[in-house]
Amino acid sequence: MNLVTVSGPPSVGKTSVILKTIISLKSRGLKVGVVKFDCLYTDDDVLYEKAGIEVRKGLSGGLCPDHYFVSNIEEVVDWGLGKDFDLLISESAGLCNRCSPYINGINAICVIDNLSGIGTPKKIGPMLKSADIVVITKGDIVSQAEREVFASRVHSVNPKAVILHVNGLTGQGSFELSTLLYKENDHITSLKGKTLRFSMPAALCSYCLGETRIGESYQMGNVRKIDLGKN
Amino acid sequence: MALPVKHELSVIKIGQILTRYPFAATFFENNGIPADSNKEKSLDEYFSTIDETYKEDMAISQEHFTGQLEEYITQMLSFLGDTGTKVDSLTILPGHGKTGEPENFSHLTIKKNEIISIVGPTGSGKSRLLADIEWAAQNDTPTGRSILINNEQPDQKWRYSSSEKLVAQLSQNMNFVMDLSVHEFLELHAESRMISDRKNIIMKIIDQANHLSGETFDTETPITALSGGQSRALMIADTAILSSSPIILIDEIENAGIDRKKALELLISEGKIVLIATHDPILALMGNRRIVIKNGGIEKIIENTDDERSILTEIEIMDKKIQSLRRKLRNGEHLTTID
Ligand SMILES: Nc1ncnc2c1ncn2[C@@H]1O[C@H](COP(=O)(O)OP(=O)(O)OP(=O)(O)O)[C@@H](O)[C@H]1O
Ligand SMILES: Nc1nc2c(ncn2[C@@H]2O[C@H](COP(=O)(O)OP(=O)(O)O)[C@@H](O)[C@H]2O)c(=O)[nH]1
Ligand SMILES: [Mg+2]
Ligand SMILES: [Mg+2]
Repeated sequence: MNLVTVSGPPSVGKTSVILKTIISLKSRGLKVGVVKFDCLYTDDDVLYEKAGIEVRKGLSGGLCPDHYFVSNIEEVVDWGLGKDFDLLISESAGLCNRCSPYINGINAICVIDNLSGIGTPKKIGPMLKSADIVVITKGDIVSQAEREVFASRVHSVNPKAVILHVNGLTGQGSFELSTLLYKENDHITSLKGKTLRFSMPAALCSYCLGETRIGESYQMGNVRKIDLGKN
Repeated sequence: MALPVKHELSVIKIGQILTRYPFAATFFENNGIPADSNKEKSLDEYFSTIDETYKEDMAISQEHFTGQLEEYITQMLSFLGDTGTKVDSLTILPGHGKTGEPENFSHLTIKKNEIISIVGPTGSGKSRLLADIEWAAQNDTPTGRSILINNEQPDQKWRYSSSEKLVAQLSQNMNFVMDLSVHEFLELHAESRMISDRKNIIMKIIDQANHLSGETFDTETPITALSGGQSRALMIADTAILSSSPIILIDEIENAGIDRKKALELLISEGKIVLIATHDPILALMGNRRIVIKNGGIEKIIENTDDERSILTEIEIMDKKIQSLRRKLRNGEHLTTID
């Protein structure tokens, strides 16, 4: 089984792109499954099911969604192996722009859209900078020039990535993306021994452990203060 | 310029990197490393002075940064050194329709400065043909077609390079979303193309756009405040003059407010190959030839006949009349005759 991780800010078109891409993968006779990671709520599983795709979802609730992802991806891979998938795609919403649960040796895709503004590529951390493939969506609503400028910004923060334009509504570009997702010799049988491409922030303070009260005396562990300057 | 060596990039001063590769300034800036205030340090020194927390916060690692910098410089050097692959012709080799029946033509070659239109019912495969060209298909798309550039198998770069795309597409939906003036916008586009003579090229684009739309605008106008006609005119002029792509695809173009004939003339005068998927008779006949698509396959390729050429002249006159009526109505005039 191949594994591909897809991340990107909310509502950029991850689900739309994955759904269109799976159409091309299926026509090649491949069996594809999806696992959706989110924070509090997601309807994406319904969309995948409607399209006849086997899907599982995981909600992190009060935990950091990326920590939750890493702690569960192994079990998810076992589920996919049990289902005999040729390709397992994980979709997760990048919520804080800092993190990215990409794994060394596993194809990593970051989805962003043309509408997010040209300053966005430099604000997104490893999720964009260490992806292997960057998919840019919603090109249908902007001009050719804006598409070119946006892609060049993405290129300047991640020159090694393949950049593809995909339209999540019409599927334009999704066939082309599908050719990069499955390789005969990229099969995995376990994630044991693999590592994350980037460490996640060290975050363990009293609020991580359920504290709700505000005030200096309740703040313990890894706490850092904002610098507001002098009046 | 010599290619960068990763080890060397780590030990020479950041200032030296920028002197040698001035374009790398963008890379430092977009990756959150203040180059100007660290000119005297090498990357090794810089990374040893910043503390671990900052690295964690910014998610920077020296290994990753230097690797990407090396890649960026290498790609930029090859981009700048490359005088650009001149695309003189595009050839489509046949594949098959949706039910597998082979396409009935031996090959179709389109030369630069040529306009070709694509007609066919909804769902027949017009957009798929455009996508085959964009991806430089090599018998590896659902249609089985292959594309040649200058009569040869195309370079893989057309698929994967972000700075050199074979195809530019004029959006059907012509909106701007960036919050910039016309001048700032063109400046940004020219900068992303590493163009040195920006001032002249920007003036040329604005001149051409004003020529296409007839309603002039100036360089300080916010792009989001342009009228529909002005936006379309600016986009076409910008794509003709500033886009790196040798092939322009137009999937239906709205006509209101611009002179379509002048627009197409501008595109081909810049040495482009233009393909238009359309249902509009004027556009369909404006090409030298038209491709007819049926059930996923190219059914035939038709040269315009003399009759069609004179019909085009007639419908262009009709179109001018309609435009003139529209203009009068817009100006609050009474219509008296059709002239
Ligand atoms: N030769 C072919 N073999 C298999 N599938 C094909 C072939 N040609 C087109 N298709 C598929 O048929 C569908 C419709 O094609 P396409 O979107 O290109 O039509 P269109 O002519 O652009 O339609 P519209 O006028 O509605 O825009 C697409 O899913 C496309 O991938
Ligand atoms: N115009 C346009 N809309 C898109 C495109 N891709 C996705 N969308 C729309 O964007 C919205 C969010 O898409 P979704 O796939 O749910 O995003 P996700 O949250 O990243 O999975 C939906 O309404 C989609 O229809 C695109 O390429 N163009
Ligand atoms: Mg989704
Ligand atoms: Mg179409």
